[in-house]
Amino acid sequence: MSKMKTNHVGDVMQKLGPLLGLMVLVITVSILNPSFLEPLNLLNLLRQVAINALIAYGMTFVILTGGIDLSVGSILALSSALMAGMMVSGIDPILAILIGSLLGALMGMVNGLLITKGKMAPFIATLATMTMFRGLTLVYTDGNPITGLGESYAFQLFGRGYFLGIPVPAITMLLSFGVLWVILHKTPFGRKTYAIGGNEKAALISGIKVSRIKVMIYSLAGLLSALAGAILTSRLNSAQPTAGISYELDAIAAVVLGGTSLSGGRGLIIGTLIGALIIGTLNNGLNLLGVSSFFQMVVKGVVIIIAVLIDRKKAA
Amino acid sequence: MKKILPLLLSLSLLMLGACSLQPPEWAKPSQDTNLEDIKIGLSVSTLNNPFFVSMKDGVEAEAKANGMDVVVVDAQNDAAKQINDVEDLIQQGVDVLLINPTDSAAISTAVQSANSLGIPVVTLDRSAEKGEVATLVSSDNEKGGEMAAKYLVDQLGEGAKIAELEGVPGASATRERGKGFHNIADEKLDVVAMQTANFDRTEGLNTMENLLQGNPDIKAVFAHNDEMALGAIQAIQSSGKDVLVVGFDGNEDAINSIYDGKLSATVAQQPEEIGALAVQAGVDVLKGNEVNETIPVPLKLVTKDTE
Repeated sequence: MSKMKTNHVGDVMQKLGPLLGLMVLVITVSILNPSFLEPLNLLNLLRQVAINALIAYGMTFVILTGGIDLSVGSILALSSALMAGMMVSGIDPILAILIGSLLGALMGMVNGLLITKGKMAPFIATLATMTMFRGLTLVYTDGNPITGLGESYAFQLFGRGYFLGIPVPAITMLLSFGVLWVILHKTPFGRKTYAIGGNEKAALISGIKVSRIKVMIYSLAGLLSALAGAILTSRLNSAQPTAGISYELDAIAAVVLGGTSLSGGRGLIIGTLIGALIIGTLNNGLNLLGVSSFFQMVVKGVVIIIAVLIDRKKAA
Repeated sequence: MKKILPLLLSLSLLMLGACSLQPPEWAKPSQDTNLEDIKIGLSVSTLNNPFFVSMKDGVEAEAKANGMDVVVVDAQNDAAKQINDVEDLIQQGVDVLLINPTDSAAISTAVQSANSLGIPVVTLDRSAEKGEVATLVSSDNEKGGEMAAKYLVDQLGEGAKIAELEGVPGASATRERGKGFHNIADEKLDVVAMQTANFDRTEGLNTMENLLQGNPDIKAVFAHNDEMALGAIQAIQSSGKDVLVVGFDGNEDAINSIYDGKLSATVAQQPEEIGALAVQAGVDVLKGNEVNETIPVPLKLVTKDTE
């Protein structure tokens, strides 16, 4: 019973730690450059964060089961290319986004099947599909960006527009958060996700269909990557064959900054949203402060190390 | 049902009315252009390539000479990051944007958001497909490709077997240099192999090894940039063959390699010049002066005999 109690205290820390970090960061950047707080910048920031946040949500589920998904950036690129291809051939953009997202889920399902049925380590399986999906993207696009996506207003709104003054990608990010929060914290599916990450054998013995849940989780990660791909396609008004390279690292960083344990079973999706906001604020803030891009990478690395060190201390 | 339908209709109309491609009025920054105190925003595609570093230096030097401030952001070859970078520059209240796009299609939305706030845009080296660009400052890449082909015809005579190392597929530099090269090479040379090495030295080395394996009788290779040419030289040296190499860009390593007698020639661009002319064009636009749609920056063929 006492274990339960410390877990509860840990939960509060889990929630507060990342939020505290974000606040410190926001205050620091605003003092150094007050234009950070200007309304247009905050709107820009929310839109810039959306793509990473969506991918990181899916990554949170994956990491909660003790897995990892390196293929998210390639899934984003391949589904973005497929969506753009459909749009060029005259399919309604919204329908193209829907089909493309389902194809993204299918790609994620391949990961899930390799890991469960193929009994491959998630790192290896998704490393292989990362390379494969990137290759397929290059084959499909012939290495060229796909352009000429038409002038559909709805499609332009999806990545570039505003609804009631709020960027549409930010709305997508927040709506998805709501849905996923309910799934993770209020449904049996969510409880099983935690159970698998906590102790996979115990979960199996207690009758949880571990393989099925895992396949669903990797499919979800694929779906969310494809959705992020749709936003990117609209923002860039084209599909780029090199889109999404190294996005898996930003997503993993957001999850870890949000206090989710890489060994699985422990973590919250709200933390991931905050983690994504921390990374976005770093990118945006360091740009506003005129820090050279080379130093920006150093700073981001240091921030991740600090976050994990603090997390370790709490766990100990 | 009869009551719900109009309700739904008006609701969806309301929803549509709430949508916009423009940022809300309350969020737009106030613009005041003061010619005394011009702030330039420069978004570079990558600073991991000496060419673009020189271009950036050219912008900074010209701006400094005129007492202007420059803010530089580096997109690290990521089209999505570049859009964010440009938004961040706008946020910092720059008066004019100099953009060196990673991709002509992808940069369009960033150009459009600058347009919507009335900030003039000058593109460097690559163009933007959509949006209003005041001017494009770039080398005449197509002409450069022709210069390279002519040089090879002069050195080897007509019908010589040639390989071509192409740049990033679809990049405008790849297309234009390739096009110029083939304008002449298709008639006067025999291009037996074309492979991409993505403007990268390591890939240039590996690709060249494969090309030499598959086509042992090639006499020369034209690489779309110096980095690939320098990689190709490594492969050629270890194979012990005698193959002419022509690069493109004229960066420092390449020039040194020419004087060492390894690289045969390079079509040299003048990136500092591109940067400087872009700053001047930006100032002209701010002052309301006319600028040409494109500002070509001359190229020159550098060989061991040059200078």
